[in-house]
Amino acid sequence: MKGQFLSNKLGIVKNGILTSNPTFRLVLGMCPTLAVTTSAFNGLGMGLAATIVLVCSNALVSLLRKVIPDKVRIPAYVLIIATFVTMLEMLLKKFVPTLYSALGIYLPLIVVNCIILARAEAFASMNKVGDSILDGLGMGLGFTLALVVMGFVRELLGAGTIFAGSLGSVEFGITQDAFPNYKLPDYALGIFVLPAGGFLTLGILMALVNYLSDKSKEKKEKEHEAKLNRALAVAQAVESANGVQNDAAPAKEEE
Amino acid sequence: MAYFLLIIGAMFVNNFVLCQFLGICPFLGVSKKTDTALGMGLAVIFVMGVASIFTWLIQLVLVKFHIEYLQTIAFILVIAALVQIIEMVLKRFMPSLYSALGVYLPLITTNCAVLGVAILNISEFGIAGAGSLLQSFLNGVFSGVGFTISILLLAGIRERMDLELVPKPFRGFPITLITASIMSMAFVAFGGLLG
Repeated sequence: MKGQFLSNKLGIVKNGILTSNPTFRLVLGMCPTLAVTTSAFNGLGMGLAATIVLVCSNALVSLLRKVIPDKVRIPAYVLIIATFVTMLEMLLKKFVPTLYSALGIYLPLIVVNCIILARAEAFASMNKVGDSILDGLGMGLGFTLALVVMGFVRELLGAGTIFAGSLGSVEFGITQDAFPNYKLPDYALGIFVLPAGGFLTLGILMALVNYLSDKSKEKKEKEHEAKLNRALAVAQAVESANGVQNDAAPAKEEE
Repeated sequence: MAYFLLIIGAMFVNNFVLCQFLGICPFLGVSKKTDTALGMGLAVIFVMGVASIFTWLIQLVLVKFHIEYLQTIAFILVIAALVQIIEMVLKRFMPSLYSALGVYLPLITTNCAVLGVAILNISEFGIAGAGSLLQSFLNGVFSGVGFTISILLLAGIRERMDLELVPKPFRGFPITLITASIMSMAFVAFGGLLG
């Protein structure tokens, strides 16, 4: 019983991260996904900021779900979300000013991130507080995962670094200092840091996710088919065995 | 001349969708057909123009009472209320325009382009004098025009692409995003216009 309870709760979180990943599967919250993922660190910061707001707003919406009248629920949700975003904005400005300036206008724009409003409307307004918090966590982490992957690819191709601006950053390639007599060519593909690269990376990643999920679906269907065939074969064997008995039975009567 | 540069900048150089990543959701979601794309574009121009004026006035009030930190909350409330009022006024006095904009109006509340233009206006033009009000209004309207241009272009391409045989994993959003990427490359070239 307890194991089932636990797997139910884990299922809610997993649903957000994989099965209905907000970026790759639901295609929600595209603006920050494309805009701030010029580096993996920015993607991580944006993802975590959205996760915090998502968890808090889901919890409060769920707590107030019986108080808020149906007619004004959308403005009420927007107001709740805006409150948390403002609080987060103030905290980041004070404690992580580099991230605050990197996220720029997209930080206040978390208010109109469709993921948060969609989860408030579709999940938190109908479920208990605990489940809503887990749903917020799962969706937020799924969003963060997508942003970090996007940021990682774009930063690696566009600037040739991994997690620059954070602890343990790695810079690729041979640095100019090692060859003072040569002018080394610049191998970074600058277009990946530009908006065009954002669209391109997301398009290709999304196609990749589609391809992989189609493939796993096909595999499951094949397994299912093989199982069916085996069951059919068994059924046929049983039937033919029965048929032999049935054939044998009247023969006995004849005797 | 300054206003001319402002208009060109808002429409092409800082194109909201392709250069600033604002309003991507309707850009991808409502661009299947050119006529619905045009409806969405007109609704956005309208709301962005009106919202630019009202948020400018609201900012005056916020500054007067020293509560600038409430900007986000105040703006989103004003935009939501504004969209609602515009919807009611249009329904009463201009039913033909109302039926043309129809379902797109309520969607605009959660369009980040509108809140985005309001916040950008304040940070770029400030609230000193009537000049900044005019600048904000022009920026709002012509950013909306820029949005309309890009969504119309994408819708035209998507209508044609429906006839092509696209590889299965790329169908739907992925190929649309790659199209947008190529459009964005083209729009980068406008960057040289203003130096």
